[in-house]
Amino acid sequence: MAADRQTETPPWVSEMLRIRDDRDREAFARLYGHFAPRVKGFLMKSGAEAQQAEDCAQDVMVTVWKKAHLFDPTRASVATWVFTIARNRRIDLLRRDRRPEPEDLGWGPEPEVAQDDSVALQQETEHLAKALASLPDRQRELIEKCYFGDLSHREIADVTGLPLGTIKSRIRLALDKLRHAMG
Amino acid sequence: MSIKHHLTEDLLMGYAAGTLPEAFSLVVASHVSMCDDCRAALASYEALGGAVLEDRGVEMTGDGLAACLARLDEEPAVTGPVAPSSPGILPAPLRDYVGGDVDAIRWRAVGGGVKQAILTTSDKASARLLFIPAGAAVPDHGHRGIELTMVLTGAFSDETDRFARGDVEVADEDLEHMPVADIGEDCICLAATDAPLRFRSFLPRLVQPFLKI
Repeated sequence: MAADRQTETPPWVSEMLRIRDDRDREAFARLYGHFAPRVKGFLMKSGAEAQQAEDCAQDVMVTVWKKAHLFDPTRASVATWVFTIARNRRIDLLRRDRRPEPEDLGWGPEPEVAQDDSVALQQETEHLAKALASLPDRQRELIEKCYFGDLSHREIADVTGLPLGTIKSRIRLALDKLRHAMG
Repeated sequence: MSIKHHLTEDLLMGYAAGTLPEAFSLVVASHVSMCDDCRAALASYEALGGAVLEDRGVEMTGDGLAACLARLDEEPAVTGPVAPSSPGILPAPLRDYVGGDVDAIRWRAVGGGVKQAILTTSDKASARLLFIPAGAAVPDHGHRGIELTMVLTGAFSDETDRFARGDVEVADEDLEHMPVADIGEDCICLAATDAPLRFRSFLPRLVQPFLKI
């Protein structure tokens, strides 16, 4: 069933649109089943305790519901969109900084190309996930640390014992490989 | 507008990951508001974050779904994206900090015609607006940390290049420079640093504590 759905439309977009347009709770439950554990894992790797991460994962999923009207499948995959919400929640949680956001360009998607754009963007995202998974472990772990940890490159250097220059060049190498894979 | 000096990979990735200090995020958000290239690059770093998130999860223990479903009817207190601003000098994220456009900036003179306005951010890094009169120079200084300078009006030049509206200069420990504003127009910049600047000549170091830079 899930596999069928994925061949027709990109993963989770139809659930997200049903949440957005029909306030569909079943679609929300499916989205929750997939993303809540991932958000919890993301927050734990960022240093949150298990219970705190679980509570916050719930907050993030409620925010997904509340902000559903802002989801635009031509601009981000569902995973990317959930990631940005989880990231902002983590900033509130761990740092309590404000996060200035860029002004919106108000790019209105043209209705007739929107579907194609959406499919292309979602496919690209899947491709990116595969490229990330196929990186050598050490490179992939560094990339993940950049996103999980509240760690600057300098702090990663302290944690991993690698010199700063090595870390920067490994991250750059990993990003180059990803770009190459996305060709 | 042609922007020549863009954000670095580190800054875009850090902003996408949510790990930059607020003052640096303000520079990134301001530049991205004016630069389509960096906006597109930022979207790809956020997509990479999505891929990292997708990778694997940690099972939820309690009945979180029921708790969530019960909360869905709560008041929908959400704010939309930052709306495109009306034409002006400052990009929208910066106007939020200033409380308006350039005419709302509360300048304080710091000598030599140079003025500054410190913006309130978290203290891991500091942000301020700098006004450099046409043809004037900011005293020769080096940096202990990283200093980001984004031009909002006019232009300045230093030992490395010329920087005009939208351009960002990323200066680190290795750069000692003396930015000079173009002769034709006053220059307003947004500057953010994660360490106090160190000035080379005697006087600026004395006044540094008063400038709070």
